[in-house]
Order: sequence, then structure tokens, then C-alpha cells
Amino acid sequence: MPAFPEAARRAVADTRLRHNLAHATGTIRGRREAAVAELDDWQALREAGRQIKDHVLADLGHYLRLLEERVTEAGGTVHWARDAAEANRIVADLVKATGETEVVKVKSMATQEIGLNEALAEEGITAYETDLAELIVQLGHDRPSHILVPAIHRNRADIRDIFRREMPDAPAGLSDSPAELAEAARRHLRAKFLSAKVAVSGVNFAVADTGTLVVLESEGNGRMCLTLPETLISVMGVEKLVPSWRDLEVFLQTLPRSSTAERMNPYTSTWTGISPGDGPRDFHLVLLDNGRTATLADEVGRQALRCIRCSACLNVCPVYSRAGGHAYGSPYPGPIGAILSPQIRGIGSPVDASLPYASSLCGACFEACPVAIDIPEVLVHLRARAVESSRKHPMERAVMGIAGWTLRSPARLGMAQRAASASRWVVGRGGRIRRLPGPLKAWTDTRDAPAPPRESFRAWWARTDGGRNEEGGK
Amino acid sequence: MKIALFVTCLNDTMFPGTGQASVRLLRRLGHEVDFPTAQTCCGQMHFNTGYRRQTVPMVRGFAEAFAGYEAVVTPSASCAAMIRDWHPKIAVEEGDGGLSGRVAEVVPKVYELSEFLVDVLGVTDVGAYFPYRVTYHPTCHSLRMLHVGDRPLRLLREVRGIDLVELPEATECCGFGGTFALKNSEVSAAMCADKVTNVRSTGAEALCSADNSCLMHIGGALTRTRSGVRTVHLAEVLAATEDDRA
Repeated sequence: MPAFPEAARRAVADTRLRHNLAHATGTIRGRREAAVAELDDWQALREAGRQIKDHVLADLGHYLRLLEERVTEAGGTVHWARDAAEANRIVADLVKATGETEVVKVKSMATQEIGLNEALAEEGITAYETDLAELIVQLGHDRPSHILVPAIHRNRADIRDIFRREMPDAPAGLSDSPAELAEAARRHLRAKFLSAKVAVSGVNFAVADTGTLVVLESEGNGRMCLTLPETLISVMGVEKLVPSWRDLEVFLQTLPRSSTAERMNPYTSTWTGISPGDGPRDFHLVLLDNGRTATLADEVGRQALRCIRCSACLNVCPVYSRAGGHAYGSPYPGPIGAILSPQIRGIGSPVDASLPYASSLCGACFEACPVAIDIPEVLVHLRARAVESSRKHPMERAVMGIAGWTLRSPARLGMAQRAASASRWVVGRGGRIRRLPGPLKAWTDTRDAPAPPRESFRAWWARTDGGRNEEGGK
Repeated sequence: MKIALFVTCLNDTMFPGTGQASVRLLRRLGHEVDFPTAQTCCGQMHFNTGYRRQTVPMVRGFAEAFAGYEAVVTPSASCAAMIRDWHPKIAVEEGDGGLSGRVAEVVPKVYELSEFLVDVLGVTDVGAYFPYRVTYHPTCHSLRMLHVGDRPLRLLREVRGIDLVELPEATECCGFGGTFALKNSEVSAAMCADKVTNVRSTGAEALCSADNSCLMHIGGALTRTRSGVRTVHLAEVLAATEDDRA
């Protein structure tokens, strides 16, 4: 995966994609603002969400042990996975123990994060995504580009083509009308639901003091996965905990409004272990760390673990809407991805090292976040960590060093200004510079730069005694 | 009131007219203006790019240059935000007890220009005259870090002769973002192109803002596309009078 600027280049140049993204994110942004404005206690809810999550994170070990105890009491089995490989191994072994080779899945960020589908495929197990957008992504041999709308980069015609090509039971002459496409998907998925013996789900929230798992979704496909199969395996990041049912009240208001701009999401499913004669006979919960406790150790960066995966930050982000979701190189795109991925994966790869810089720090994400994650603060923090821990970018270091040395001293700044003024006739015909050298060329590729003025403010102040000796009194 | 002007390194070096306008405006409102020559830079570029340690001497330099003034006014929302949000934290992190004390003393007296005019001086009509069609770009830092709200617009609405027109998608970032404009130049340029389209759709003769950094970025694209729209800092609009035209 290339660094963000290179990966974003393709999306920026694709005017149709940019138009689709701008339209989709713009629509949902407007609807979200209206849904949020209906509540006069939004800021209080936001603060409550922040506090509940921070409270859990501060005592994570306690709440995880409590959850394990309660899930076990209710007839479930809890597994602990340090990393992706361990989690995939656990799930694959559980599926193999059932003798099945097919599983249905309810959309899950955690399993995308660990690459579960690919890992299962290597073991001869086929995973079928049942969320409509995830199905489109899967059939298109594609990657998701949005947390909530994974196929946001696809339009109706793309989807029709994918279904015609990849869905064996797609009706002949399938058109690109949303109703026909949804119907084709419904029929295709129904067959899977009715035959599948094993399901894999993610988890939106886990209630520690009852051992209850919660999934929020819009299509009802998740509920089919959670109730029809005989074996249910849920994979959750360890940060998904809330202490009690009372805490859900906050998130059941803030999550739907922030994500789909709805007052309430259509399907909220909760289950506690197993219930004889009702639902799965066997339930497994895989608790996934995968870089989360390391993230928790960082005082500033840990706030990323408050994230409830609503995607509000993506929809308001001007960088996301131009660069598209794939440029972030992770199932977590957009502003939250820019702080989450480099923390849970480390900054070893080009894309992870570039993500903290994939933001203009405009602050729209922080404003939209329902759990008040100060994403710009974390971005700047991660940039500082990157600069301090790496010896890379000698050119930038040199430039920053010289600039810092100049800007520390009024005398040196004045000298630099006189040098700039002296160069103005060379570089800036007509008061504008159309071509800058070296790394500054990136600026003048699309923008003129102003030529330095004849005289800096500092020089003007000294020459005119602060304007008092200037002719005309100006 | 004796006001110290923090002109900012960018204005000082590239946009001296903004500093001169600020001086004219504040003097016209009856105040004494000083330019402490020891001032240099708020450190924002280094800080936001991750060169945190290099920011410390600039934080120290700022606190020293502006100690003892009643008010420090700056015609830059993003520099004001940097000082207010980050100088105290950086000083505490640095662990130099003397520094955090000095910073804590100065920072509450730092105002962005529109804040100072509206909140401290209590004026919205500053006696300005600017007979052009103008659209206003509220910069991200003034909106979301400083929370200046509609203060700049309240000031602009009182300017005589002005035809103030609304900018579509005004609150959307222009894509400058300091070194973001270089590190992610394609995305930055795409954001700027959309801003330019919105600016041109207003038919404005001038784009006004409280930050020359954003104006330098948008203005560079405006001249490259030969739009004929010029950029003007809020201080320059507010400082302009009928005498200027005589």
C-alpha cells in the first residue's frame, strides 16, 4: 500500500468518483446535522459518551474479566486473541470443529481489520458477507471505502454489473433500479441464511455486568445471522465495552444520529450467551487486542479507542471526500482511520507513516464526533512522535531546522526578510510567482505564490517609526 | 489602551499591508499601538508538522516579547488559536516553571482582531468604507478553535458601501493546512479548486478572511485561474476609509 498522497492521487483525478463522494457525504452530512439539532442535550450526550468510554478504558481489565465471567455464566465461551493471526486461528478452528465449510457474516469492522475472510479462505472456508454494501464489495473483489457505507465509491450501474457478473442466481436482465438490485440481493442472501449453520458477527457494544452483546444495523440481515445458525462466533475489539445497560441509552441516541442520521436504527439486536430452544446453540466471543492495549498506553492517542464507528468524521472530512476511502489503506478510513490505524498497526509501513499527515487540521471531525475524540490533537501528537522517532526526511528536517533557527531570532528573521525582498524582482514578475524550486514546487503546480513585498512590516515600522513619519500619515 | 500588535511572521514577511492596516485601524479607534520588535513567530508551522521541540523557543520568545502589555492583538485567527490552545500546554510539558508562569500571564490577553474589536472595545461600526462586492471565508481555526462565530461578519456588515455576499459552503476548509498544502498537494489543490468555484459563483470582487495563510492559498489559485477576484484581509477592509479614495 503506497503512502497516502500517492494513493489519494488516483481518487483526486477521478472526477466521477469525487462527484459521487461529495454528493453522498454532503447528503448524509446535512441529514445528520438536522438529526442532531433535534436534541437539545446533544453536547451533554456527547460528554456522557466520552466519560463512559474513558471510564471503561481506565479500568479495562476489570470490565473485561467481568464480561468474561458473565458470558461464561450464560453458556458462552470466551476466547482471548492478542493479534490478528491468533484471532483468525481461533475462528477457523471453531468453524472447522462444526464440520462446516461456509459461514454467513454480519458486517464487522473487527473481522475486516484482521482479514478474517482471507484467513478462512486459506482453510477452505467460504465467508459470505450479508450486509448489502459488504456483499457488493465482496462480489466486486474490492475493498470497503467507508465505515458505514462500504461501497460508497460504487454507483448503481457498477453494482448491476457486479451482480450480473458475480451473483450466480442474479435474474436475467437485471436493471440498475435500486428496488431490483435490492430484491436480487435479498433472494441471493435468503438462500445463504437458510442453509448456513455458522455465523460470524462483530459487536457494537458489550455490556459487562450482564454479558450482553449488542449489534446495531439497518437491514435485518444481521439479525438473521444472529438468530438462524446453530453456532455464532462474535469478534470484538476489547474497547467495545460499556459497564451496564444504562450506559447504552447514551449510545443508542448518539450512534444512529451520527451515522445514518436516524433517531433510531432499524434493528438493535442483543443477546446474552445461549438460550435453549431459541437462537444459536453454541456461542463464542473472541476478544481482540491487536494493538489496542499498546494504544491505551498512550495518554493522548488512547482517546481513539472511544470510537463507536459511526463514520460522522468521514462525512464531514474535506480530505476524505476528495481522497476516497481506499487511500487510507485500512478498513478504518477518514479522520478516525488516520489516527487509529497508525496506532494499532504502528508506523512501519509507508501508508501508516503518512496517515498522521493526511489532514488539513480543519477540526470538522472533532466537532462532529459523538464521543468528542479530539482527532486534530491526536494527529499532531502522532506527527510529533513520528518526527522524534524517525531519522527519515532529511530534507524536511533541514528546512524545519533552518526555519526554526531563523524564526527564533528577530534579527535573523529581519535578515531573511531583506533577502526575500531583494529576490522579488527575480522571482515574481507581476507580483506573483508561478514556479517555486524544490519541494515548494508542489505549491506552484496549481497555485501562484505571492512575491515577497518590497519591505517587510518590521522594516516599515523601523523606517517610519511605526508609521508616524510616513508621508500622508498612512 | 496600549495595545501590542502581534503581526505574525507570515504577515510581517509577506503581507505587511495587513499589519499596517491593523495599526491604522486601532489608532483610528483611539488606541496606542506598539510593535514589540523582539516578536517572531507563534510556532504553529513547526508544531503542526511534528517539530514540537523546536516550538518551545518560539513559545518562550512570544511570552517574553509580549510581557507587560494590556492587550495583544493579532490579525491572524490561526496564530491566535495556536497561542491560546497550545502555548500553555507546551510550556507545562517543557517543565520549566518560570516559562509556564510567563505564558499563563500573557495568553489570556491575546486576541484575534475581530474578537478584540467586538468583545474588548465593544464596537462593530469601525467607521470603514469599502465600496466593493465582498464575500467572506471564515477560516477553520477562527471557526472551530477560536469560536469567533459571526464577529467578523458583524464588523463587515457595518462597513459603508460594502456589498457583502454569502459564500456557498463557507465553512468547508480551503485545503491550506500549513505544510498539508505541500505534503498532500493534490488533495489540497482539489479542496482549493472547490473553494475557488464557490468564491467565483458569488460574483464578488474581493475575498475577505481573517487569515492571510488561507488567503495566500486561495488567492494563488484565484490568480492562476485569472478570476479577477482579489483577496483582502479583514483588517484591510476595516481600516479602509473614504479618505483612502480621495
